[in-house]
Amino acid sequence: MSGFTGFVLRRAIGAVVTLFVLSVVIYVVFYVTPGDVAQITCGPRCSPAQVHQVAQQLHLDDPLYVRYWHFLQGIFVGQDFSTGTSVEHCAAPCLGQSYQSGRQVTDILLAKLPVSFSLVLGAMVIWLVLGIGTGVLSAWRRGRLSERVLTAVTLAGVATPVFVIGLILMIVVCGELQLLPFPQYVNFTDDPEQWAWNLLLPWLSLALIEAANFARLTRASMLETLAEDHIRTFRAYGVGERAVIARHALRGATASVIALNAVTFGSAIGGAVLTETLFGLPGIGQELVHAVKVVDLPVVVGMVLVTGFFVILANAVADVLYAVADRRVVLA
Amino acid sequence: MSEALAAVETAGTDLSVPAVSGARQFWRRLRAQRAALVAAVVVALLVLVALAAPLLTALEGQDPTTYHPTLIDSARGGVPIGSFGGVGADHWLGVEPQTGRDMFARLVYGARVSLGVSLGATLVQVALGVAMGVAAGLGNRWVDLVLSRVTDIFISMPLMIMALALLAIVPGSFPRPVLVALIIALVSGWATTAKMVRAQTLTLKNLDYVAASRLSGWSTWRTAVRELLPGLAAPVITYAALLIPSNISVEAALSFLGVGVKPPTPSWGQMLTSADVWYQAAPQYLLLPALALFVTVVAMTVFGDGVRVALDPRAASRLRIGTGRKREARVDTAVPSGEQRKEDRP
Repeated sequence: MSGFTGFVLRRAIGAVVTLFVLSVVIYVVFYVTPGDVAQITCGPRCSPAQVHQVAQQLHLDDPLYVRYWHFLQGIFVGQDFSTGTSVEHCAAPCLGQSYQSGRQVTDILLAKLPVSFSLVLGAMVIWLVLGIGTGVLSAWRRGRLSERVLTAVTLAGVATPVFVIGLILMIVVCGELQLLPFPQYVNFTDDPEQWAWNLLLPWLSLALIEAANFARLTRASMLETLAEDHIRTFRAYGVGERAVIARHALRGATASVIALNAVTFGSAIGGAVLTETLFGLPGIGQELVHAVKVVDLPVVVGMVLVTGFFVILANAVADVLYAVADRRVVLA
Repeated sequence: MSEALAAVETAGTDLSVPAVSGARQFWRRLRAQRAALVAAVVVALLVLVALAAPLLTALEGQDPTTYHPTLIDSARGGVPIGSFGGVGADHWLGVEPQTGRDMFARLVYGARVSLGVSLGATLVQVALGVAMGVAAGLGNRWVDLVLSRVTDIFISMPLMIMALALLAIVPGSFPRPVLVALIIALVSGWATTAKMVRAQTLTLKNLDYVAASRLSGWSTWRTAVRELLPGLAAPVITYAALLIPSNISVEAALSFLGVGVKPPTPSWGQMLTSADVWYQAAPQYLLLPALALFVTVVAMTVFGDGVRVALDPRAASRLRIGTGRKREARVDTAVPSGEQRKEDRP
């Protein structure tokens, strides 16, 4: 067990180091750009007085490492912002302040994250069920017509951009057939049933594409397992085909599905930007697109850091789960 | 160079034949796959359309940027006049709602943006990925450690979000399609390429012919260029062929969000931005760019997959070209190579 604990510990330290380096990279890319940093951060619509204030808040007169230190300090212990007349306190995970709306970035994120999580986690359930199901089915029916059809459909799924699927789903289901109203986000805590109905289409458009990847992977690793000697032995002993598929071949695919899920989680956050914009869901994706258009740099930086954090976290968790599924990893 | 080394080198080239394979062998294996062949034809047609865009629009007598206010019904919010969004002899695929710009011309010029941006991005990704991967694979422990860490960080960054964020700080004066290609290349693709190239370099490094050139005192640079690069060609080409369709999707997505290629430059993704509002009055405004995107990405993906099978020695050994065992070839097509699956494992 100690080997396993050590592995988890090593992986956790690796994640923290990655996160630290990511924060440095993001800081350098966005706050050490050539040109007037205060002006760029504040956005094109800022007055000279505001620009001056921003320059103070970012400590632009200090050397680079001191500036970065202040940035980290804000995240871990909070920061005080002078707004000229009064001093505003920005509590612990302080990611700065939007100069467009005056709100603190942390508050904006807290308001938007539940929407994005509703979208991505719900979609994850669908892509796992649909993807693994399709993969199992096409591995089981290998060589028959149904398998060829499934392979073609999944290929089309892998290739279609998420917003094209979303657009077509929305127009067909909401516009032409009028099966559902055009989605409008409802808080889960307000009305769980409406929450689910309104998220159904966004979930589907995000999940259908990712499901195709899972189907391909599941099918491939199941076919590989099915070709191995121990499966032949099972069959020789008279184990039924269904049991071989369900108990043994599927188990062989578990580890790679877990690994893919972490990678997919990261790309789904990106896909969520598109899905949210398309369906008008007020999540971090929509907020980010808005912030990019009006050049609201503190909001942009906060979003990138937080999503990067979740992706790194997902990768680390996946590695640990992978090790649980396949203990040989720990030894490597 | 000594005679013995020359012999080793020739032997080395022979050894790498299954991986690099002659051009003729490559074509034979590609032709053996029906789907890949069809996809190759579609890709060739698309490239032709993109190259001949000025010619095609001249043939139609239109251009992609001229507004035609007389062809839209301003009383109904800018709906194109006439059936199917104003399809006719003058405007083969109708006109755009609100502006009246010619759809055919915008679609055809959109192919230029789509293919141009994705190819440009792919070239940068491959150049950067190979450089970083070979450097990490051949460098000492510390070089490898630093480069691998940097690569890992870029792999763990959410691509779409990073691309969006970077587009916010670059001044608007920068030529937009070039900028989009560069940003797509910087935030994605190159890191996974580098990881794959590094692994491949570590394997090749210990093969006799590469070791011989190192031991005979060739510089690292010369070893990399003369001995390693030919061995890396097959996996890198395979990888690049699959990066192209993914780059096409990303460009379309960024333009769809309104931060990629800016009007008046036409882009398929950008055309879809407001298509949902117009789908009843002008369905072709939604369907044409969506179809163009879909066909392009599917054709590129199938073609890329075909290239992989044609270059993958593992699949090739089981292909049995010309013996009529197409079924086996088909099964191999869908099984990702070991390299790709390892990609998922950091």
